[in-house]
Amino acid sequence: MLSQHVVNIVYLVAAVLFILDLKWMSHPRTAVRGNAAGALGMALAIAVTLLSDRYDWSYILIGLAVGSLIGAVAALRVKMTSMPELVGLFNGFGGAASVLVAGSAIIAAVASPTADTGLQMRIATVASAFIGSITFFGSYVAFGKLGEFLAVKWKLYTWQKVIKYGFSLVVAAGAVGYAIAAADAGWPAWLIAACGILIAGVLLIKKERFPGMDALKIASAVASVGVAVLVVMQPESSVLFWLLVVVAGVLGVILTLSIGGADMPVVIALLNSYSGLAAAATGFVIDNNVLIIAGSLVGASGIILTNIMCKAMNRSLVNVLFGTMGPTADTPDADDVYRTVKSTSADEIAMLLDGAQRVVIIPGYGMAVAQAQHAVRDLANELEARGANVEYAIHPVAGRMPGHMNVLLAEADVPYEALVEMDDINPTMAQVDVAIVVGANDVVNPVARTDPQSPIAGMPIIDVDKARTVVVIKRSLSPGFAGIPNPLFSADNTLMYFEDGKRAILDLVAAVKEL
Amino acid sequence: MSDLVMLLTVFVLAIFVGFEIITKVPPTLHTPLMSGSNAISGITVIGALILAGAIDSPEVSKVLATVAVAFAAVNVVGGFLVTNRMLKMFSARKK
Repeated sequence: MLSQHVVNIVYLVAAVLFILDLKWMSHPRTAVRGNAAGALGMALAIAVTLLSDRYDWSYILIGLAVGSLIGAVAALRVKMTSMPELVGLFNGFGGAASVLVAGSAIIAAVASPTADTGLQMRIATVASAFIGSITFFGSYVAFGKLGEFLAVKWKLYTWQKVIKYGFSLVVAAGAVGYAIAAADAGWPAWLIAACGILIAGVLLIKKERFPGMDALKIASAVASVGVAVLVVMQPESSVLFWLLVVVAGVLGVILTLSIGGADMPVVIALLNSYSGLAAAATGFVIDNNVLIIAGSLVGASGIILTNIMCKAMNRSLVNVLFGTMGPTADTPDADDVYRTVKSTSADEIAMLLDGAQRVVIIPGYGMAVAQAQHAVRDLANELEARGANVEYAIHPVAGRMPGHMNVLLAEADVPYEALVEMDDINPTMAQVDVAIVVGANDVVNPVARTDPQSPIAGMPIIDVDKARTVVVIKRSLSPGFAGIPNPLFSADNTLMYFEDGKRAILDLVAAVKEL
Repeated sequence: MSDLVMLLTVFVLAIFVGFEIITKVPPTLHTPLMSGSNAISGITVIGALILAGAIDSPEVSKVLATVAVAFAAVNVVGGFLVTNRMLKMFSARKK
């Protein structure tokens, strides 16, 4: 057994390694080392914890083995296009772990004659359970929306049905089962059953919004505060603790459900922040500095990313969380806007690219869906071999999470120096010979600059319309998330190439090679 | 200084450190930053381990903590591995 001093010093070393991890993330060259430092810090913290006391090893080993196996398989098998889903899921696991540690700690403390159930522990337990539960249920909803099986009308694949109905069934059955077992506790037990059924039911609804949603949001927020106060007053009642968890769960589900698909980068970043704050709250429950430091770092990181995403959409966090977005009465009719659309072919674009000196590719979520990143890289290589200079212009909210496009292009071996941020490329857009838009829409809509009445007014966009020629690769003229037509598509200098992203680029590569 | 004030001090200072260093992370690395910070938030595993292994705790408490160990271990192992996978793609550039 190690003395408490040694343990605390090792925790301090771990905390420093976490800070170095994030510090070294500031450049792609040092980031791998940073990640290794973080992993080392975690290994040290776990090792010293296991050596610090006498333990009942059976449970510890089961938990570690199961978790590590699942984590390793998920990490090594996930596709880069599915990274938002994976991060969403991991956020949720962090939240769940915080809820369970808080629950376990308060049960153990109440059962022990010597342990402390002072005010700090009770308040921290409540915070841990509340934030953790919102994070868990909110992340499940985010995962379901990214995986396109929650709040959608279309037919689901079998695996999607298994997750969707399975999750609802487990929540409802768990809550009802617990209520029956704890029936002596009276109303709180039955309220748990009701909340469980409510969560299960809401998750089966095939729409993002439903009547009474706002009332339910307010009711669950108020109820959470009420139950939280009760838990602080009566920490010995585990029924009240679980009631807090499910009421906060209702809130987490409702808050996330109404947020639209293109706002997912904000939600994922926000939930990331919550999972850190939940870990910090757990640190207050068990009086542990390393949890508090690590949790605060993650909390800060999530908040910064949330803020960057909101700025990139010219919207406030409140507007993302509670507002709606869509066409207004003034939105021009799509048929009028698209009257002068010119459609083109791969051969025609190839001729155009043949004389181009400077080409910029603007990827969007459509590139991820079509898995077109490798084909895009091939096209860029082909053009560079012919003497053109090719860059990629990345909008901060392109894709479904911060940095999504960068990861996909890195996977396709695109050097990171070729990726240019929006603010850096915009001033030089007029010198671009050909701008190729692959699966992006709202982030290149000039209406954001020109029409103050538009729902995306003031949103910073990539000024592709200023390039000499614009090629837009898109399946159809369907609107983006904002639901408004894009006058770029019918501009004089724009050619539309209607095709699946990957198919289109492959044809284009072939056409360029034939020149 | 009481324990609580001590912990709060650490909390507030750590948030400031977090803001300072994370502001410097370039947008290109925002996805690995998220998955990496996710792995760090798996630090909850420490609390979970202590509670899961506690010798004279009630069985319920240990079982809950064991499930927490599993969840947090997914975050730790999965988070660091997937971040490493992504960052390798950024650094390994074939011409």
